Amino acid sequence: MTNKTFQLETLTCPSCASKIEAVVKRIKGINEVEVLFSSSKVKVSFDEGAAGEGEIKKTIEALGFDVLGVK
Amino acid sequence: MIKISRGQRVLISGLLILLSFALKYLISDPVWKDALMIMAALIAGYPIALNAFRAVRFKIVGIDALVTLAVAGALIIGEYWEAAAVTFLFMFGAYLEGKTLEKTRSAIKALLDLAPNTAKVIREGTEIEIPAEEVMKGEIVIIRPGEKIPVDGTVVEGSSYVNQAAITGESIPVSRGEDETVFSGTVIESGYIKVKADRVGEDTTFSRILQMVEEAQDKKAKTQKFLEVFSKYYTPGIIVLAALVFMITRDIELALTLLVIACPGALVISTPVSIVAGIGNGAKHGVLMKGGEIIEKLGTVKVLAFDKTGTLTIGKPKVTKIKAFEGEEEGLLRVTAIAEGYSEHPLAKAILEEASRRLNDDLPAPEDSEIIAGHGLKAKIEERTILVGNRKLMEENSIDISDEIEDYIRGEEALGQTAVITAEPGKILGVISISDDIREGADRLIKKLKDKGIKRIVMLTGDNRRAASAIAKKLNLDDYYAELLPEGKVQMLKRLQEEYGITAMVGDGVNDAPALASADLGIAMGGAGSDVAMETADVVLMSAELKKLSYAIGLSRATVINMKQNIYFAIAVVITLIAGVLLKMVFLSSGMLIHEVSVLLVIINAIRLLGYGKEELGKL
Repeated sequence: MTNKTFQLETLTCPSCASKIEAVVKRIKGINEVEVLFSSSKVKVSFDEGAAGEGEIKKTIEALGFDVLGVK
Repeated sequence: MIKISRGQRVLISGLLILLSFALKYLISDPVWKDALMIMAALIAGYPIALNAFRAVRFKIVGIDALVTLAVAGALIIGEYWEAAAVTFLFMFGAYLEGKTLEKTRSAIKALLDLAPNTAKVIREGTEIEIPAEEVMKGEIVIIRPGEKIPVDGTVVEGSSYVNQAAITGESIPVSRGEDETVFSGTVIESGYIKVKADRVGEDTTFSRILQMVEEAQDKKAKTQKFLEVFSKYYTPGIIVLAALVFMITRDIELALTLLVIACPGALVISTPVSIVAGIGNGAKHGVLMKGGEIIEKLGTVKVLAFDKTGTLTIGKPKVTKIKAFEGEEEGLLRVTAIAEGYSEHPLAKAILEEASRRLNDDLPAPEDSEIIAGHGLKAKIEERTILVGNRKLMEENSIDISDEIEDYIRGEEALGQTAVITAEPGKILGVISISDDIREGADRLIKKLKDKGIKRIVMLTGDNRRAASAIAKKLNLDDYYAELLPEGKVQMLKRLQEEYGITAMVGDGVNDAPALASADLGIAMGGAGSDVAMETADVVLMSAELKKLSYAIGLSRATVINMKQNIYFAIAVVITLIAGVLLKMVFLSSGMLIHEVSVLLVIINAIRLLGYGKEELGKL
């Protein structure tokens, strides 16, 4: 299981947080998603074999949120 | 397409709306004013519709989609002003919310900005400047006045005054010279020092504080979790209601208005904004609170159980009296000090310090020593067996304490002294009295906490009953529990919890980690630099100042009150909006206006929290 944290541009609405969470959760191979509203981060735990960091990043960006960095 | 910012979009659409109003009075033909309103709606509405589209692609209907639907509906039924107003208010609201939310997060951001960027190290004999995170353990770092210390380390050369505000929240500089510890993120005000790096990069105390604060601001309060569940059902509920209303009444405007108010924005944001502001305020003053739930608990704490040593007392015990029942005082000090040679116990340190002050010879190491936890130790010195410890140790080894000696020990203990008994099999050699001064201002703090309504303030200590009683009396504590082993402290905390409710344990976090972990709330004092303390405690007071405790409790209460104000207000807004819409007193634009204003008010209320504590910390 791999854990990555995606730093997003500043989140300003809590409903964006639940949106990101719901969408990322649906990617195959994703185990757990937590959107940290106050620090504007998305913590994802996923199975490296099934899902990839790039795919998660692309999904978040497709929702309209810039990903500033991944750790 | 020309790229315009959200701010510009809001401005343009607002101007168009104004222009449209002006035209209404100038030109009687409504075509122009309607055209301007439609333009305003499209310009402000484009990003909303775009976001809605992006989410709908993932089969998610969010607030953006609902607003887009409402606006499209309004345009279709010819309510151009309503459409323009809704989109303008939604975007303008989002813009202002972004700005004000930034303010609630400003205290934490200010802390992040204190991180050191560069370091000057000596490599191959010359001084070079490198990024702070590239310093390696053991390297020598040079810091000059005005510069930030980039590592946690020990001063090897020079002396200086250091402003430790980044760690402790105290901006009065402290003096740091050779062999003393300095922290990353603190600033040299005057002087010049060379520091050997002990911890670098992410291992420094400052980095760890940052990580913990960052995590803490998103650890949800219980109330918050509940509200999130509520809003999860609220939005679809309102959508269903809108559909039903439309089917029954055929009133399209009413149905569209319901869509606009379907997201309880103020309610969802009510707790996280207060928590971020509260945690930020704490971090700025050297108090780390690990999340919303912790704040809720600290704000409603009923019992405070203090550890004695290092918490209510300074934690640097000193020998105050030596009484030999056999031979000379110096001889007694000598054997006791040799026996304690390997011990890390604070009392042992006091004895060793006294020995190095009064005796001129280097002490040999004990030939053998065995520590008996909670009792003392047994050592072999020059073929003699020496026992150093408390009464229990003597009892266990069947060494008789005569009435005369017992009277002496009791007398010392009644003065608040800890009596360390030295013996060899069969006879007592003497007693060394040790005391630890009560921290300055401890009595005032206890009084203040009681005034704040803490139900019970007690002390838990491993020390003897009489010494504990002397301190408890001096500080006017409600109760004290003495001669406790670590597991005894844990049991005592459980009893206090059952009897009085939420119980917090206050300790230095080093000797009392199990107790801190088992209490409802573990509060570590002087946690900076101690890993165990920072990890196990729920609340970390970076500096060992008691006034920070009363501030932290006050801050938590203020945060909880702030949260409650926000929640009650937000609930009132939700009810008013639904009632207003159904009674046809609130329409699209006014619905959106109330919604946005309520969100802003909730954020502004949270910003007030950032000012908490100036008075309180100034007074003590």
